[in-house]
This record gives sequence, structure tokens and C-alpha cells, in this order.
Amino acid sequence: MNGTSSIMHGDRTVVNSNTVNMQGSAIEIHGLKKSFGLKPILRGIDLTLLKGERMALLGANGTGKTTLLRILAGLTRPNAGSVSIEGLDSEQYAQQTRHLVGFVAHQPYLYEELTALENLLFFARMYTVANPQERARELLQRVGLERRTHERVSTFSRGQLQRLSWARALLHVPHLLLLDEADTGLDQQGHELINALLAEHTAHNGSTLFTTHQLERALADSDKIVLLSGGHVTYQGETKALTLDTLQQIYREVTQ
Amino acid sequence: MALTKPDTSVRQQDTPVSTKRSAGFPLASLLLGGLALGGMLITIWMAFLYAPTDAVEGPPQRIFYLHVPVAWVGMLSFIILTICGVVYLWQRDERWDWAARASAEIGAVFLSLALITGSIWGKTTWGTWWTWDPQLTTTLILWFMFIAYLMLRSYMGRTAASARSGAVLAIIGVIDVPIIYESAVWWRTLHPPKEIGVAGALPSEVVLTLMVALVSFTLLYSFLMIQVYQLQRAQTLAERLRALVE
Amino acid sequence: MNKTARRIVGTDLSCPGATPCDRPARELRIFCDQVWAILWKDVRCELRNKQAWTSMGLFALLVLVIFNFAFDLRVDNKVAVAPGALWVAFIFASLLGLGRTIAIEREQGPMDRLLLCPVDRRAIYLAKLLGNVLFIGVVEIVALPVFAALFDVPLGVGALLPIVLFGTLGIATIGTLFSAIAAATRARELLLPLLVFPLIVPVVIAAVRATGDLLAPALNEPPWLGLIIAFDVIFLSVSTLLFQYVIEE
Repeated sequence: MNGTSSIMHGDRTVVNSNTVNMQGSAIEIHGLKKSFGLKPILRGIDLTLLKGERMALLGANGTGKTTLLRILAGLTRPNAGSVSIEGLDSEQYAQQTRHLVGFVAHQPYLYEELTALENLLFFARMYTVANPQERARELLQRVGLERRTHERVSTFSRGQLQRLSWARALLHVPHLLLLDEADTGLDQQGHELINALLAEHTAHNGSTLFTTHQLERALADSDKIVLLSGGHVTYQGETKALTLDTLQQIYREVTQ
Repeated sequence: MALTKPDTSVRQQDTPVSTKRSAGFPLASLLLGGLALGGMLITIWMAFLYAPTDAVEGPPQRIFYLHVPVAWVGMLSFIILTICGVVYLWQRDERWDWAARASAEIGAVFLSLALITGSIWGKTTWGTWWTWDPQLTTTLILWFMFIAYLMLRSYMGRTAASARSGAVLAIIGVIDVPIIYESAVWWRTLHPPKEIGVAGALPSEVVLTLMVALVSFTLLYSFLMIQVYQLQRAQTLAERLRALVE
Repeated sequence: MNKTARRIVGTDLSCPGATPCDRPARELRIFCDQVWAILWKDVRCELRNKQAWTSMGLFALLVLVIFNFAFDLRVDNKVAVAPGALWVAFIFASLLGLGRTIAIEREQGPMDRLLLCPVDRRAIYLAKLLGNVLFIGVVEIVALPVFAALFDVPLGVGALLPIVLFGTLGIATIGTLFSAIAAATRARELLLPLLVFPLIVPVVIAAVRATGDLLAPALNEPPWLGLIIAFDVIFLSVSTLLFQYVIEE
């Protein structure tokens, strides 16, 4: 129906023949398990996210939200289970799935000694973005950092770091955005700029998976809500069927 | 809109290894242990009574029957260590890693013995505690590799990253050892080498004793491998249980 | 915007028109470009962080000076000791420098910034290797003339250069791989020499002998430079393949 999904369509039929049922799914997770050293964090996660959907991931600290996002971003390999992004298995097609994903965390993942532009140009080369200069400058403008283009990232404030991190994540026009507390440090203007970028991403059928501690935010910005507890998905439901009170109640019950 | 209860049961644990098998390999362990014991007794008898006294070196030459098998087991351990490491990288089954660590521990001990017996032998033969001939030099470097492996595994703990790093170290080491030996040989050709002392054809009793010794020590190695493997397994599982409970 | 998006997304996914023959060539070009990009980024980061390479340079000089005092260098035994002194200085300076390129990444979570990107792990290894060779090489370039002056030895730079180059490459090949391993531990400064020294013994023997041979040519010298080059080729291939196992999480 539009440009981004038609690119994947051609690739998918060549690469993965049994994705006929998975038309339109951005993420498919089955039985995902992950332990760090000795502690099991994720004990069997099943999750599906459709293209163009926004999903809010809720849960107390330490329940594995960040771990789940890191696995989806390709930073960590799971111990068991399968993860596929747009029909591609994330272990077999690790590099291709990394192309599809943009990750914004509270760590900016930037190089302090380089300038804003140098950072973006570097990541553009890593993601083989065409017209890197043009794209980098465009994004710097969209996140409101064009006045700091040639300044070293070590001089940036927390909010500016976060905005640049968003720019880094959007360089290669990802199909899936993973946001782990991605709005920490943003001021009012920052929030507005980011929301505009997010809206555009969703309008082009991009999917979003974000973590938050604020239930209001979850209700306002998502189509589906998922609760993680004890390493499992303990609740999954459509946002429009929930009110703030019901959600608070469920949250309390589940995190006992 | 299903609401599922959070699972707090400790028992739902993801050990990748089945804990159903208690003390594994009891039969093999007993068999190998018995054979090793028998072999050792025969070896001791043969080394001291059966084999002839060396004309040149005298009785101290008998340390040869200890030195060679012990060095052999050291080398074998390193090869087994590498093989287990390679299979681990391929299969990601931690049992291969337990075997690798077991082999490393045994190998370090045996190689230390090899260096000590080699040194003693050198002292009795040439009067010096150490000489830089290619065999001893390579043995020494190999010993350092064992120590490096053990220290690395110790520092990194019982994680998958630790197992992978150990395997990488072993692979690099095993490829390097022949190169080290060759460069030591080239290095020493500039200086007249001191003969280890077995010039000329060896009498058949010597060869037989040596063969028996090699077989006995290999049996001992296999027996020890089972024991130390079980130890590694127990340590890993205990650590995991402890972490769950804390 | 959709058409722009289609142009922007990387070449791997959106090139239905490319012939099968184009693919490897293009992938190679992307690979080399990424190696170069990472190398350039590391160089720029290090240049802007002045502490690291100035300390390395000074350290190499200090070791040479200390050797001058430690060994009684009369004319006759100078040639015997000089190559060893030079290579010990290089090795110690290397150990200091080897940690650098990996440390750049680890400052913010183990190599996450690079691992996030769809960059071939072998490209990361090669870039780090070249970076290390460059840093150590700069130190060596400074140390060599000082070495020649202090020890008053004639220096045929032309013949010495390949030995220094390939020797350093050998040390860096092993060192880069193991600095990635050691960086994950807390005792990395202790662990790295312990891991690297035993493995680089052939390079040390060969480099010292080859340097000595230049200063005082002997008959029937084995082909030391050949050994170093063989070492480099073997371990460059092996390490490139093994690097991904070391940095994955």
C-alpha cells in the first residue's frame, strides 16, 4: 500500500517462504528466554506487534523490559526462543534486522569526542544510508540541533544528547522503533519535536514499541498495552478498551 | 484480555542441562579408575625393575618414564580442551565447556609436573636446572597458556562469554604451539643443542616400558576427566541455585 | 516521503534490480567503507584525547633509556643487546596501546554503539587492528631514531621497516583480539599481558633475531621475516573469524 512495506514485500518472499501468515507483523516473539549469568530475566515471552501499531511495555524495574528491547535491537542474543522482525529471524538475518530497527534508550549511544554532525555521518555510514550529508543535516534540523552541528557531543546537555540520539535512531528510516525511556531529559520543545517525528513514523506504517512508567502516557500514545512481570507477559490488551482506573488496578494486581 | 498470574515458583528454572542424571558415568569411572590403578602399578614395576639401567646416565634416567607420559598428558589435555571449545562454539551446550575446563585444570597440573621432572632430569644429566632447548621452551609457553586460560576463566566467571573467550584462547593457542616450537628450533640451531640423551636405537624394554607408561597415564587422565567434569558441573549448578535463592 | 525512504534505506534490502554478480562487489565495497569509517572515527577520537598516545610515546623512550643504564653497553656487546632492548620497548608500548581502541567503545557499555549497527563484526576487528597498528606505529617511529642515537647503532631504515611493520602487525593481531576479551574483565591490565605474551613468542624471537641480523649479518640465518609474515597471515585470518565470538553478548 505504501513505499516502506512494498520494499519488504519483495525481499520477504525471496528470503523467508513461510511468512504468508505473518503479513503485516512487525515483531513475532515465541518462548523468549534470557538469563544474565545466573539470573533468569525473561522466562518465556510471547508477543506480537503488527505493522503500524504502537505498543506500550509496562512493568516494574528489573522485569526485563530493557532486556527485551536490547534483544530486539540486536545487542544481545536470547538463550532460547525465536524472535522475528518483519518475518526475518533475528539470529539468522541479524544484520538485515538491524537495518530495520531504530533504538533510542536513555544512553545516547554517541561518541563524546566527535561533533554532532560527525556522529550522524558515522552512523549513516554504518547503516549505509544514501546521501548521508543531506540526511544528517535534515535530521539535525528536525530535532532542533542545527545550531550545534559542529560542536562536540561532550558539551551537550542531557536533553540535547537525547535529541541527537533520536536523530541517530532515525537516520536509516527504521521500520521499527524501540524506545526505552526515550524521553528522559527532554524539555517541552524537545517533546514536541520528538512527537512530530513519531507521528510521521507511524503515518508511514512504522511500528513502535516503547517502555514507560507513566500509565497515562501508555494510554495516550499506544494501541496495545503489555505488562511484564516475573519474566512473563502477564497482561496484553487493546488500549481503547482500558481506562486509567482499570489499568491502575491491573498494574497493582500484577506487580504484587 | 487475559490476565495471567505471575509465576513466582523457583522450580521453574531454565537450566539447559537436565538435572535428572545424578552422579553420571559411575560404571565408566570405576572401570577407568581400576584400569588406571593397575596400569600405574605395572608402570612403576617396569620403570624401576624391568627397564635396563641406562649406560650413560645411570639410574636418574628412569625419570624419563615419568616425564614423557606426563608431558604427553599435558599436550593431550590442551588438544582435548581445544576440541571441547570448538564444539562449544558450535553447539553452545555448556557441558562441552565443563569438559574444557576440566581438561584445562588437569592439563595444568600434569604440565607443571612435566616441567618439574624435566628440570630435575636436566639437573642430573647436564648439571643445570633449566635449558632453553625447543621442547622445554615450548612446554613452558604451553604451561603459560594453561595458566592464562585458567586465570581468564576464573576472572570471567561461569558465563557464556567466559566459555566463548576460553575457547577462542584455546584455538589460537593450539595453532600457535607448532609455530612456537619451530621458531624455538630455529633459535637454538645457532647454539649447539644439548642432547636429551636418547641417542641411537632404544632397546625394546625401554620402548615397552614407555608404551605401558603412556597408556597408564592416558587412562589416569580419562579417569580424572570424569571426576573433574562432575566437579565443574556441580560447581556451576550450585552457583546457579545459590543465585536463585539469594 | 515514501520515495525518499526507499532511497535512504540501505542497499541490502532494496535492490531488486541488481544482478547476482554485483552483490559481492558491492558488499566488499561496503565492508571496506565501514572498516575505513570505524578507523577514521577511532583516530579522530584518539587525536582529540591527547593523553593516550603521548604517554605511550614517552613510555617507549623511558624504557630505552632505562635499558641504557641497565645494560653495560661497551662497543662489543652493544649489537647483541640493542635489538632485544628495542623490541622490549616496542612490546611494552604496544601493551599500553592495545587497550585503547577497545576502550574507546567500552566507555559507554561494551561496544553497544557499534554492535547496534548492521556492520560486519569482521570489519570491526580489522578497523580496531589497523587502529592499533597505527597507534603503536607512531610510537615506534618516534622511538627508532632515539634508539639509533642512544645505542649509537647504524640504522638501515629501509631493511628495518618491514621487520617493524610485520612484527607490529603480528603483535597487534593477537593483541586486538585479546584486548576485546580482557576488556570485559576487571583486571584487564594484568590479564592482557598474560594472555598475549605467550602467544607472541615466535614474533619476538623472529623480530629480535632479524633486527640483530641487520646490525651484524651472520651466515645461514633462518628466514625470520618469512616466519613473521606467515604468523601474520595465519593469525590475521583466524582472529578475524574468531572476533565475533568474543564481542557478542
